[in-house]
Amino acid sequence: MLSPAEIEARLERILLSVQKPGRYVGGELNSVVKDWDSVQTRLAFVFPDIYDIGVSNLGLQILYDLVNARPDSLAERAYAPWTDMEAKMREHGVPLYSLETKHALADFDIIGITLPYETLYTNALNLLDLAGIPLRAEERDERYPLVIAGGHACFNPEPMHAFIDAFVIGEGEEVIHEIINTVGRFPREHVGKSERVNVPTCSRVNVLKELAQIPGVYVPRFYDVTYFDDGTIKAVTPNIPEAPKIVMKRMVPKLPPPPTRFIVPNIEAVHNRVAIEVMRGCTRGCRFCQAGMITRPVRERSVEEIVAAAEEAIRLTGFEELALLSLSSSDYTPILDLVTAIGEKFSGRHLSVALPSLRIESVSVDLMEKLKDRRSSGFTLAPEAASEHMRRIINKFIPDEQILQTAREIYARGWTTIKLYFMIGHPSETLDDVQAIADLCKRVLAEGRRVMGGKAKLNAGVSTFIPKPHTPFQWVSVDTPEQITAKQDLLKRELRDRNIKLTWTEPKETLLEAWLSRGDRRMAEVIYAAWRNGAKFDAWQEHFRYEAWTSAFAARDLEPAFYTHRPRRVDEVFPWDHISDAVRKKYLFEDFRQSLEGEIRVDCRKNCYACGILPTFAQARREHPGNYWKCPEVKSPLSGRQPAMDSKQISVVSEQ
Amino acid sequence: MRIRVTFSKTGSLRYIGHLDLQQVWERTARRAGLPLAYTQGFHPGPKIQIAAALPLGFAGRAEVVDLWLTDNVGATHEVAQGLQSTAPPGLSILAVEEVDERAPALQTQVAAAEYEVALLEAGLGSGLEARLADLLAKPALPRERRGKAYDLRPLILSLECRDLSLRMVLSAREGATGRPEEVLAELNIPPEAARIERTRLILKDEVE
Ligand code: SF4
Repeated sequence: MLSPAEIEARLERILLSVQKPGRYVGGELNSVVKDWDSVQTRLAFVFPDIYDIGVSNLGLQILYDLVNARPDSLAERAYAPWTDMEAKMREHGVPLYSLETKHALADFDIIGITLPYETLYTNALNLLDLAGIPLRAEERDERYPLVIAGGHACFNPEPMHAFIDAFVIGEGEEVIHEIINTVGRFPREHVGKSERVNVPTCSRVNVLKELAQIPGVYVPRFYDVTYFDDGTIKAVTPNIPEAPKIVMKRMVPKLPPPPTRFIVPNIEAVHNRVAIEVMRGCTRGCRFCQAGMITRPVRERSVEEIVAAAEEAIRLTGFEELALLSLSSSDYTPILDLVTAIGEKFSGRHLSVALPSLRIESVSVDLMEKLKDRRSSGFTLAPEAASEHMRRIINKFIPDEQILQTAREIYARGWTTIKLYFMIGHPSETLDDVQAIADLCKRVLAEGRRVMGGKAKLNAGVSTFIPKPHTPFQWVSVDTPEQITAKQDLLKRELRDRNIKLTWTEPKETLLEAWLSRGDRRMAEVIYAAWRNGAKFDAWQEHFRYEAWTSAFAARDLEPAFYTHRPRRVDEVFPWDHISDAVRKKYLFEDFRQSLEGEIRVDCRKNCYACGILPTFAQARREHPGNYWKCPEVKSPLSGRQPAMDSKQISVVSEQ
Repeated sequence: MRIRVTFSKTGSLRYIGHLDLQQVWERTARRAGLPLAYTQGFHPGPKIQIAAALPLGFAGRAEVVDLWLTDNVGATHEVAQGLQSTAPPGLSILAVEEVDERAPALQTQVAAAEYEVALLEAGLGSGLEARLADLLAKPALPRERRGKAYDLRPLILSLECRDLSLRMVLSAREGATGRPEEVLAELNIPPEAARIERTRLILKDEVE
């Protein structure tokens, strides 16, 4: 591998011939440059999309800070170079390198790849290739870094199992230290400064065996999968005694202090902001929402902690925007106190505050009003569905009248644009349900017209439902492209108004995301073949190449519809069943059944439905009593039981 | 209050363009706690004027920016310290002075700029002195920039070399700006074989 000095010399020759060279040079305020030789374990965090998108990723920032706070370790970063830069790098023999010290990625001990969504998979492969690292885990020996992936997409790790040594399931704040401690016990010998001559000191498989014993770490090579003749899975079984049968996700009982020393990019990025998580988890239980299931339980930070962190982060970054993030801001218990405190603290400081995911109610308009230093023109609401039938099915029930009243309020207070998010393709949806979306859009805009005439605008963002793993809808199939197209055509026809802007997802992109999120191990070969066919930047419309994927399926003799357009047996073993988010499959199925009957389950913080979180994390709940968690408190210790998969065995006291 | 900051822009900041530098200044001033003045109107922006855009890839050793503040912030050396302590790597504060609020816009005050060019390939140095003399002896250097014909020769105010480095002073008045890469092109030096630094901006009141 080239030394950092050699890489830098070559970069100097190519940087001025690419767009936005600032993406490739590092040197941002708050990035951390440590002495390479002063530490034992070196991590490179990779976000497999371009810098402009990756640099503001909150998860990566959290882990970057945690690792760099350790005296024995360092963390650096790499992102996907845009196609022009990739071509130049390949032409000049420049491997993927870290922004901080320009070390080749192959020089690190661990490569940590963030996979928040599935359409990054081909990019991840491309980056390993650009780093000169064999793509397949089994082809990497001691000379190569361990490749570890984490992020929401890893709740179904199987499609990427062939390329990743170990997956982190769930929250990374604690497990990252356990991984570093373990890897640190198996040092690689680096001879010379950055000459990559390594003396294998232990076999790779031993490190992986140790990693497989860390709760929340999944090492795919230690599991065998058997199939039925129809292609569905018979069983997934560990092939070494050290590997657990079920890999339970990691969950941090008390959220650590939020990061404040955000990396400040020197070039324009997609988000230039301080982002603070006000809470993690969601109790709403929308049945299509994977995040709402896999991030349970709800843990709320205090107003004081959030305000202090925001203040410090703004001082350390100079950012002009503050985002208060959560899956459902309105559900944060002291939301009014928080908004009041933030509004008072930062008014007149040329700071805009974003508070996404507000409930559709007039109170939300009051909240936004308090935060506005200067009014932004758009206000976002996510009804997701427009007919009573659909709203019951997805468990997001907001009556039309409430939506219209909120819209009236928003336009009346001077916002000119309302953005409405919907999803088509929910289970058992008909064209009438889609027609209801069009009708609702028109009625909302009519409210605006009444207030401000022709100035009122409406943006309707209509995405397509994908039955994600670990959700109550994991048993249902995806709409066919024909069904999706018919629904989209209806909307395009109905919403022809110069003040309505309609956006939608191309059916083919939906299919790809569905294949990847629902795939089994055999999908790995499809991903590999698609990458060989030139697939990369699949999340970018102008780069997405559908044929690269269909021909990859054909080459592997797999039927795409098997993954997306097939009703599932009730007892089907899913490719992700050995990965647990602590929400029981039985609970999910029960919820699915209720959905078919149109039964609604209200916010579970008001009424615990025993989803499985408490039996698994009973001990953590006991250690963190009170209101911090939104699950009920656990009364008595479970005598001698392992985290039970059956919550009826445990007594809970409900919140007063 | 209006302050004028002289600064250098080196290292990875060489690859940051003009608009992005504007943003770097806004954030640096905000971190330093300076009360930046913002324009009124629908899209309020900070009042920041950078004297002359520095092309991507060039280092600047003594660039100049004016910042408008809503309050008098007192001693300029403290302002300089404050800015330096929160500046990103590659941005060094060389001097801060107070200027008259009504002084003309900085962009109109630049007369010339001095550049230093390091040649990255030894072969490029051979006979360099003679090639410079030839160039300077020519009465005119007709060229084209974006389809418009112009004469580069009068824009070269001075040009000299030592070993593998060139030093030149080029006119930088509005409508009469010489670019170092154009001089290099006349000398048949490819742009990727040179590292260019702007070492000084010469303001009108210094020349007159
Ligand atoms: S344990 Fe009960 S309260 Fe907690 S997330 Fe599950 S259903 Fe909701």
